[in-house]
Amino acid sequence: MLEVVGVNSVAELFADVPVALRDRAHLSLPPGASEAAVRARLESLAARNQGAQCRSFLGGGAYAHFVPAVVDQILQRAEFYSAYTPYQPEVSQGTLQAIFEFQSLVAMLFDQDVANASMYDGASATAEAVLMALRVRPKRPRVLVSRALHPHYRQTIATYLAGAGDAEVVEIGFDDSGAIDRAALRAALNPQTAAVVVGYPNFFGVIEPLDDIVSAAHAHETLVVSATAEALALGAIKAPGSSGVDIAVGEGQSLGVPLAYGGPGCGLFATRSEHVRLMPGRLVGETVDGGGRRGYVLTLATREQHIRREKATSNICTNQGLIALAITVFLSTVGKQGLRDLALANLRRAHGAASALCRSGRWCRRFSGPIFNEFVMSGGDVRAAIRAAQDRGVLAGVPLGTWYPELEDAMLVCATEVNTDADVAALVEAIA
Amino acid sequence: MSGATGKQAGLLLDEPLIFERSRPGRSAFQLEDDVAAAAELLPPELRRDRIDGFPEVSEPDALRHFLRLSQWNLGTATTFYPLGSCTMKYNPVLNEAVARLPGFASLHPLTPDELAQGQLELMWELEHALAEICGMDAISLQPAAGAQGELTGMKMVRAYHVERGRSRSKVLIPASAHGTNPASAALAGYRVVPVEGNRIGLLEAEAVRRAMDEDVAALMITNPNTLGLFEREIAQIADAVHANGGLVYLDGANLNALMGVAKPGHMGADVLQFNLHKTFSTPHGGGGPGAGPIGVRDVLVPYLPTPRLVRDDAGIRWSDAFPQSIGRVRSFYGNAGMHVRAYAYILALGGDGLTHATRMAVLSANYIRKSLAADYHLAAPTTCMHECVFSDKGFENLGVKTLDIAKRLLDFGFYAPTIYFPLVVNGAIMIEPTETESKETLDEFIAAMRTIAREARESPDTVRNAPTRTPVSRLDEARAARHPVLRWRKQRQVMSDE
Repeated sequence: MLEVVGVNSVAELFADVPVALRDRAHLSLPPGASEAAVRARLESLAARNQGAQCRSFLGGGAYAHFVPAVVDQILQRAEFYSAYTPYQPEVSQGTLQAIFEFQSLVAMLFDQDVANASMYDGASATAEAVLMALRVRPKRPRVLVSRALHPHYRQTIATYLAGAGDAEVVEIGFDDSGAIDRAALRAALNPQTAAVVVGYPNFFGVIEPLDDIVSAAHAHETLVVSATAEALALGAIKAPGSSGVDIAVGEGQSLGVPLAYGGPGCGLFATRSEHVRLMPGRLVGETVDGGGRRGYVLTLATREQHIRREKATSNICTNQGLIALAITVFLSTVGKQGLRDLALANLRRAHGAASALCRSGRWCRRFSGPIFNEFVMSGGDVRAAIRAAQDRGVLAGVPLGTWYPELEDAMLVCATEVNTDADVAALVEAIA
Repeated sequence: MSGATGKQAGLLLDEPLIFERSRPGRSAFQLEDDVAAAAELLPPELRRDRIDGFPEVSEPDALRHFLRLSQWNLGTATTFYPLGSCTMKYNPVLNEAVARLPGFASLHPLTPDELAQGQLELMWELEHALAEICGMDAISLQPAAGAQGELTGMKMVRAYHVERGRSRSKVLIPASAHGTNPASAALAGYRVVPVEGNRIGLLEAEAVRRAMDEDVAALMITNPNTLGLFEREIAQIADAVHANGGLVYLDGANLNALMGVAKPGHMGADVLQFNLHKTFSTPHGGGGPGAGPIGVRDVLVPYLPTPRLVRDDAGIRWSDAFPQSIGRVRSFYGNAGMHVRAYAYILALGGDGLTHATRMAVLSANYIRKSLAADYHLAAPTTCMHECVFSDKGFENLGVKTLDIAKRLLDFGFYAPTIYFPLVVNGAIMIEPTETESKETLDEFIAAMRTIAREARESPDTVRNAPTRTPVSRLDEARAARHPVLRWRKQRQVMSDE
């Protein structure tokens, strides 16, 4: 090869790199290792994540759920995982058709007209939804964000908005039901308000009264953005689109994706067709080939950075392709009946766990609003209770004081279909 | 390679949409729970019935559906994928296995730090390895992809200037940059000012000096640039930016050309992003998930996203106690599953192996550059780094364009190079072979490219009508955009947003 290239050594190929740089470039890293040695090192690290073996009632934006074996079987197909963005559709129909199916499933899940090919995660999808709402309502610089929206999502919105125009975020508090304070919301809405953003269910597990929120917002021609961190809820609770939500986003991790310490997940993004050209992210559309055969391509790319550069609707380049595939396989496998059954099982287990904790006498529900699979319990020193439970191999919940000083005595508890009756009994015994 | 004519070579089975396979009552899933009465736990106005249109298929049907779809894809595992600027190297299978260890895959992100020490140690070590590779002072693993890393970096640039009371409004970006650069700068609130490269596409320090003023917040520069050329004046360019109080953002998309050869931190870069799915072998996944950690020099450390890893006698933990931080760009800590894979890759190769990877990637690119120089017009007549850029110059009078050449390559069983990018080259054909392809594969590719060049002269229709051996022929992209059908509906209808 050197002969063809016309050099005597590989080093000559780096002649354009200044010597001053080359002389200091040595990598002070350990030497390479065999497959067996790498595996052993990774296994020893994995073994030190004792939390993965505990009975866990952790939720708060990431959820442990059952995943049918078919899902990972498909994800391990290297034809899927070792491909890239389908720039050449003729040899990427697998990825493209799967994304088209994903878009269809997500649109149905949210009851919206159209969904994109996915975003990075629920938090960044929510921030992008806010930016999109500001494009749809360009003369309105005000955004109302529920304080009961996931704290990471609120922080991500703040980061994305910093310096991007002069939009102002106003936080709206919550009431005793754990839902957005509707009186405060109505008082804050005005003709300057581009959007209202709420969690659905929200960070406290409470299912927000979207119908009321939408009618209050739409009276001011304000858009409503709903963010669903627990997408499985949509198997049992009213779809955001059915309440008139304008942009429905969420995190898809619950739908067939392992926890993996919080990532990769998958941002879900859906809206009404009238807004599609202001939407961020990739879109796959149906078309035909030269012979009239059905096929799929990336489309409406004139919104995107590789065409529009600084005038694009977002800087996002890829989607979460493989995770979107996992969700597509998951939803296809559990199917129409299974999705609902799974969602109802979560509802049942969470209510059962909440009741068991309440019966113990020490704990009570902090909020009265309807819940899906997580809820807030209060009852004294939650951090001490969580530590005590930890010693018994139970991860009892997430202390809320971290983000809400007014909820220092409260924790968020989640129970899904993977939490057995024995898990719940162990939880009650550990913290009651 | 001579058989690239006629129709399909093997069996390619038709496969409808999953919704079209659906039959009422079929299912691939059962649950132990008795959920009959569970809906009553919800107020009536919040209940939802089964979702009309959702698939009803058996497990064999579901498996067959997605397996057939997989066969309609080319990936690096099945063929050479010379997509320039995307670094489509081999994705080691071991990395897939270790990322699935339950200790990683089943770890909840809100697990108390003391019960996640293995994960935190991995992330800590990955941060330090990346810092060593790029010569920067600190790393954040949080950004989910390269473009989000760019945005994070530019938000930090902004925070840096705001804190110094200098509200600067412009960012300089060479015309050859990836589209994400201007889009990220704009999203961070900056106005983009293009700077032109010289005759062969390199940025000259003098051009930067002329463009610099007190209103420029940063220069975003890719090195090697998208022509595959090392920016020789990078140190003087960085000096020119710094002299006016600006910062240098180095796009690390092409880091595969630099490992053990040159460190961005020594070039004057203040901030850069890594694309773990390029340089560090994590799978591209058909378009994600990626991972886009950022590295910074000391002046930008206070602005890194939170939470950040800190280490003390008790172990490694997350800390939010960084008041100057720009905050979060996403939930939790980044694409941790990708961090596991990238860490395994770095362990397997080691410092010498990474350096060797870079050297072989550059050798392979130059081998292709030289081998095809007689058949295709080179955008820059000089030694390249990890990729080389040709164009369709010389084919115009034959009526053959870059797009045709790319499509014809598919008939030979190769994925196509990146085409029509960088924008500074008309009809660009950008080839990045990476270090993981054998000489034999490169030779087959070179032979195919030469055949196509000959076909363009002798039977241009063969090239113009390609591909013919793929599951579908050229697709009508204009129709897709004019009449968007973006989802399946039970009653088929065209979306009417126009």
